Amino acid sequence: MNTTLNSDLRPNVKEEKMQHSGNDLEHADDPKTAVLSVRNLTTSFKANNDWKTVIRNISFDVAAKETVAIVGESGSGKSVTSLSIMRLLSERSSRIEGHVRLGEKDLLSLSEEQMRQVRGNEISMIFQEPMTSLNPILTIGRQIAEALTVHQDISQADAKAEVMRLLEKVRIPNARRRFDEYPHQFSGGMRQRVMIAMALASRPKLLIADEPTTALDVTIQGQILDLIKTLQEEEGMSVLFITHDMGVVAEVADRTIVMYRGDAVEMGETDDIFHRGKHPYTRALLSAVPQLGSMGGRKLPLRFPVIDIKTGEEKPSVEVVNTVASTKSPILEVKDLTTRFGIRTGPFGRKTGAVHAVEKVSFDLFEGETLSLVGESGCGKSTTGRSITRLINPTSGNVTVDGQDVMGLGQSALRKMRRSIQMIFQDPYASLNPRLNIGSALIEPFIQHGMGTGRQALDKAAGLMEKVGLPTDMMSRFPHEFSGGQRQRIAIARALMLDPKVIVADEAVSALDVSIKAQVCNLLLDLQQSLNLAFLFISHDMAVVERVSHRVAVMYLGEIVEIGPRSAVFDNPQHSYTRKLMSAVPVPDPARRSIKRDMPTDELKNPIRPVDYVPPEREYREVSPGHLVQVC
Amino acid sequence: MTDSAIILNSVEKNQNHVLAALRRNRLSWVGAGLLILIVAAAIFAPLVAPYDPLKQNILYRLSPPSAEFWLGTDSYGRDVLSRLLYGARISLSISFLSVLIAMVVGSALGILAGYIGGIFDQVVMGLVDVMLSFPTLLLGLMVAAMLGASFENLIIAIAITETAPFARVARAPTIAVKRREFVEAGKSLGFTPLRIMRVHILPNILSDIVVVASLWMASAIRTEASLAFVGLGVRPPTPTWGGMIREGFDNILTAWWLVVFPSLAILLTVLALNILGDALRDAIDPKTRSER
Amino acid sequence: MIGYAIRRLLLAIPTLLAMLTMVFVLVRLVPGDAAVAMLGDRADAVTLQALRAQLGLDQPIAIQYMRFIRDMLTGNFGHSSVSGRTVLAEVAQVLPYTLELALAAVFIGTLFGIPLGVVAACRRNQWPDYISRLLSLIGLSFPGFVSAILMLLAFAVWLQWLPVMSRASSDPINHLRNLVLPALNLGLIMTAYIARVTRSSMLDVLGEDYIRTAKAKGVKPSTLVLRHALGNALIPIVTVVGLYFGTLIGNSVLTEIVFTRPGLGKLILGALQSRDYTLLQGLMVVFATLVILVNTVTDLIYALVDPRVSYAQ
Repeated sequence: MNTTLNSDLRPNVKEEKMQHSGNDLEHADDPKTAVLSVRNLTTSFKANNDWKTVIRNISFDVAAKETVAIVGESGSGKSVTSLSIMRLLSERSSRIEGHVRLGEKDLLSLSEEQMRQVRGNEISMIFQEPMTSLNPILTIGRQIAEALTVHQDISQADAKAEVMRLLEKVRIPNARRRFDEYPHQFSGGMRQRVMIAMALASRPKLLIADEPTTALDVTIQGQILDLIKTLQEEEGMSVLFITHDMGVVAEVADRTIVMYRGDAVEMGETDDIFHRGKHPYTRALLSAVPQLGSMGGRKLPLRFPVIDIKTGEEKPSVEVVNTVASTKSPILEVKDLTTRFGIRTGPFGRKTGAVHAVEKVSFDLFEGETLSLVGESGCGKSTTGRSITRLINPTSGNVTVDGQDVMGLGQSALRKMRRSIQMIFQDPYASLNPRLNIGSALIEPFIQHGMGTGRQALDKAAGLMEKVGLPTDMMSRFPHEFSGGQRQRIAIARALMLDPKVIVADEAVSALDVSIKAQVCNLLLDLQQSLNLAFLFISHDMAVVERVSHRVAVMYLGEIVEIGPRSAVFDNPQHSYTRKLMSAVPVPDPARRSIKRDMPTDELKNPIRPVDYVPPEREYREVSPGHLVQVC
Repeated sequence: MTDSAIILNSVEKNQNHVLAALRRNRLSWVGAGLLILIVAAAIFAPLVAPYDPLKQNILYRLSPPSAEFWLGTDSYGRDVLSRLLYGARISLSISFLSVLIAMVVGSALGILAGYIGGIFDQVVMGLVDVMLSFPTLLLGLMVAAMLGASFENLIIAIAITETAPFARVARAPTIAVKRREFVEAGKSLGFTPLRIMRVHILPNILSDIVVVASLWMASAIRTEASLAFVGLGVRPPTPTWGGMIREGFDNILTAWWLVVFPSLAILLTVLALNILGDALRDAIDPKTRSER
Repeated sequence: MIGYAIRRLLLAIPTLLAMLTMVFVLVRLVPGDAAVAMLGDRADAVTLQALRAQLGLDQPIAIQYMRFIRDMLTGNFGHSSVSGRTVLAEVAQVLPYTLELALAAVFIGTLFGIPLGVVAACRRNQWPDYISRLLSLIGLSFPGFVSAILMLLAFAVWLQWLPVMSRASSDPINHLRNLVLPALNLGLIMTAYIARVTRSSMLDVLGEDYIRTAKAKGVKPSTLVLRHALGNALIPIVTVVGLYFGTLIGNSVLTEIVFTRPGLGKLILGALQSRDYTLLQGLMVVFATLVILVNTVTDLIYALVDPRVSYAQ
C-alpha cells in the first residue's frame, strides 16, 4: 500500500561505483593523520519488524583543520551519517555497522558511557533547528556552562567566566546580561550562535554541523557561515558540514562528498567536484543549482538544464518565448496596498501597537509576465500575496484583477472572482487534503464553481495531470503516496482547473529539493508559455528568482524598496538592502571560499510599530526605465 | 462517479490503515473481545439469563454463589447473574446514547468555534469553560436531581455533562487543520465555509473525536453507575449495576457477592472501552505520522 | 509575570459570574413548582405561598436573578430547609474534611505517579512500561465508589485492619486511621492518572530537539531525564492535574459516602434525599468556585515554572 513513487531521479546505483576525483585517494589511505576516519559505515532502521538499510558503506576521512561537506537532497542519508557517527540514534530501532575511528578509538565499539564522554568533548554537533534545539526552561548561560561542567572538573565561577568568553567569541553582545536569559528571548540566528558556543566549549577536535543555516534567513546565514569559518581557523578544529545547498558547500568545504539515496556517489576536492564532477547525479545536482549572476545579459527567464541521471546526458535548455503582453492593460494592478495587524497586550488587551506587515505596496503585473517579490522573513511578501487574494483582508488600498476591483466584493462575488487568481503554497505536504484522493481534489473546484458536469471535470483533470507531467492513472491515489515535487505539480494542476489568469506562487518551490526545484520551475515556465499565465512569484531565494522572473521587487519591512526589470535590479542593485541581500547569498563557486563577507552582527528588524506611528511618505527615484529605488 | 461518491471512496480507504494498526496491537484484542462479550450479553440477555431478573425468591434471599444461583441472590432473592445481564442493557444503552448526543452537539460547536474564530469562538469557549468548571459527576447529579431520574432524563443529564469536553476536543484540531495549507487552498479556490468544514476539516479531525468518544463512553458508564449508586439511577426494580451496588452496600458485611460482581461488571466494561480508546489513539497517531 | 497574573485573575471573574448564572438557570429548570417539590403535594395553598415568598419565587425573573447574584457574591447562600442553619455554616463544617482528602490524594498520586510515569517513558515498550500502563488503565477504570467499596470490603470487613465507618475524631491517630482508606482509594486513582499523564508528557519531551542537543553535549543520562526532560514535562502535567481536580472532587464525594466520612459528600446526599434545593444550589456554587480557583492557581503555577510565560517579550 505504501509505495512511494519517486520517479523523479533514479540511477541504477548498484552498477555505479563511487567516483573519486582528484587526489582524494591520498587522504583516504592514511588514517593516522585523519581526525576522523569512517570505513564502510552502514546504518539500518527497524520499521514494522523489517530492517531497512538507510546508508551503505560510507567511507571517508576528515583531516586535521579540514572542512569536509556531505551534500545531498532529502532522503540521501546525510543526516543519518552524522547521527550514526555520534551514535545519537535510538539503540533499539537502529543498527550501525562499520568503523568510525576518532584518533585511536573506534567509536562504534565503545560502551554508551565511554561514548558519552566523547560527545560534546572530542566531537561536538550543532543542529538544524535553532528554535527548538535549546531547552526552554534553562538559561542559556547554564546550558553552555553544562557543556563544560559535564566533562571537566571545573567550579561554577570558572565555568561562568569561560561561558562569557565563549559568548564573546561567537559575537553575542551584552554577554553579561544575556547569560541569565532564556532561549525564547533570542532570535534564530542568536540561538544558533549559542549552540555554536556550546559546541566549542570543550575545544573539540571535530565539529559536526548538520544543516546549521538551513532554517535561517539569508543574511543571518551569511553571518553564521562566516562565524564558523573564523572559529575554525581560531580553534584549529575540523568541520564536517552537512548541507543540501551547493552554494554553501562551495563556500565552506575543502573536500566534498555527494550522497544519493544512502550511497556516497562521489568524493573529492570541492573544486574538482564542481568543475570536473564525474557521476551523473553530481552533474545533475550542479546543473540544477542556480548561480547568482549567471544570467549574463539575458532579459528573459531561463529554463534549468535537464541532465539525465542514468546517462549523464544533458538536454539543452530551450529558450523561453517572450510572453509578456505589455501593450494590454495589466492583468493585476495593486495600488497602495496596506495590511496591518493590531497587537494587544497588557491585562486589558488594549491595542499597544501594530505590525505593519504591508505598507503602501504598489505594482502592476502584465499577462504572461512573472514578477517576483523577494525578501527575508518579516518583509511582508507572503502577506502581500494573501492580501491580494483576500485570504487576509487588507487595511486599505486597491487591487484590480482583470479589470475587476477586488476589495469591494461581497462574499459570493469574491468567490467567483477567485477563478481569475489562484495560489500555490509552500508546503507540498500540507497543500492537499490527506483524506481526498487526487482525482477528487482536482475536480472539486470545477464542480464547486458549477463549471460543468462531473464527466467534464474528470476529463479536464486528466488533461491537466498530463500537462504537469503526471500519469493520469494515478488519480485514484492519495497524497501520501506522492513525493513532494509530485504533490506540488498536483497543486498546480488543481489551481489550473479554474482557468486562472494570475497565479500567486507563495514560496512554491522553497521546500523542494534542488533538482525538483529546477524541474518545477521549468514546468512553471512551460505553463506560462502555453497558457499565457501571469505569475506573482514570492520567494526568498535570490538565485531562483534571477532565473524565472521578468521583473523583480525587493521588499523590506513591508515596503518595496526596489523594483524593476530583473536584469536591471540584479546587475545594478541600488538600494543598500538589495545589495546586502545579494552579498549574503552563497555562490556555488569554490574559488570564493576564502572570501569573508565581513557582515555586521545585526538582527533582522521587524515591522512592529507603536500605535501612533505614522509611516513616512516614500519617494522613488528612477534609475533606468522601469527600475525604481526607494529614496532613503 | 458523482462528487460525493468519489469523496466517500476516499475516506474509506484511509480507514484500512487504522484497522491494520489496531490488529497489530495485542492488548486491543483483549479490549475488543471483552466489549463484544459484554455487548452480546446485553443483547442476548433474555435468551441467556437463567432467571427473570425481577422474580423474587424470598426463600433463597441472600444466598452466596452456588450451583443454582451462580452469582448468588440479593435481599429479595433475585438472581444476581440475571440482573447483571439485564443491567448491562441499561448501562450500555444510556452511555452509548448520551455520548452520541454529546459528540454530535459538542463537536459541531467545537468545529464552528474553531473555524469561525473571533468573538463567536471566545463566547462559545467561555461557555464551554464554565461548563467544564462543574465537576462532571456533580453536574450530572444536579441535572438528574432536577429533572427526576428516568431512562431518558439520565441520557440527557449525562449528555449535558459530556458536551463541553467534546467541544473542547473538536476545537483544537479544527484550529490546527485550519492552518494547514489545503484549507487555505480551499478558501482560495472559492469553496463555501460549510463545504470546507464538512469535506476538508471534519474528515481530518474525525479520528481525534472518535478516540475521545470511546474514552468518554467509559466515563459515561462510570457516571451512570455513580448516579445509580446515590439513588439517581433508573428506578428500581429495574436492575442497574450501580443500583445493585447500592442495594448490596447495606449488606456489605455479610453478602460480599452483591457488591463484588456488579463492581467487576462495571470495571470490565469501562476497562474494555478504555483499552480500545487507547489502542485507537495509538493506531491513529503513528498513521498520521507516516502520511508524510 | 505580574501582568499575566492580573489578567488571569481578572479572567476568573466573568467565569465565576457565568457559572453562577448557569446554576441559577439549572435550578429554575426544575419542572414543576419548587415549593410544591419541597413541601409535597398535600401542602395547602397558604403555606405554599408563604414558602414561595420566602424563597423569593414570586418576584419577576430579573429581580430573582439580581438577588441571586448579590446573595452569592456576598456569601449569603441561604438556609438549609432541613437543618435550618445557613448553607455556609453547613459547608464550613465539613469542607476541611473534603479538602484534606483531596490534598492527600494529590500527594499520594504525585509521590507514586510521577516516578511510575518517568520509568514507563524511559523504558518504553519494555516490561516496566507495559506493567505500568496496564495498572494505570485498570486504576482509571474504577468509578470512585467501586474501588472504595472493594477497599472497604478488603481492608475493613475481611482483614479488619481499619475501621468500617469513619467518625469525626479529635484524636490525631484515630483521625489518620479514618483518613487512610479513603485517601488510599483516591490516591490510587490519582496515581493511575498522573502516571499516564507523566508518561505521555515525558515521551513528548524526550522526542524534542533539545534533548538530542543535551545528549550530543554528553550530559549524563540521569541528568538528562531529571533536569532536562522532567522539568519540561512537569508543565503540562501540572496543567492536566489541575484540570482533573473536578473529577477528583466528584470522586471524593463518592468516597466519603462509601466510607461514611464527614464531608461535602454526605451533605450532598442529604440534600438530594430531602430535596433541599437551597443547600444543593449552594453546594453547586461552592464546588464550581473551588474548581475555578484551582484552575486559576494552576495557571499561575504554570506561569511561574515556564519562563516563556513570565518573561514574555
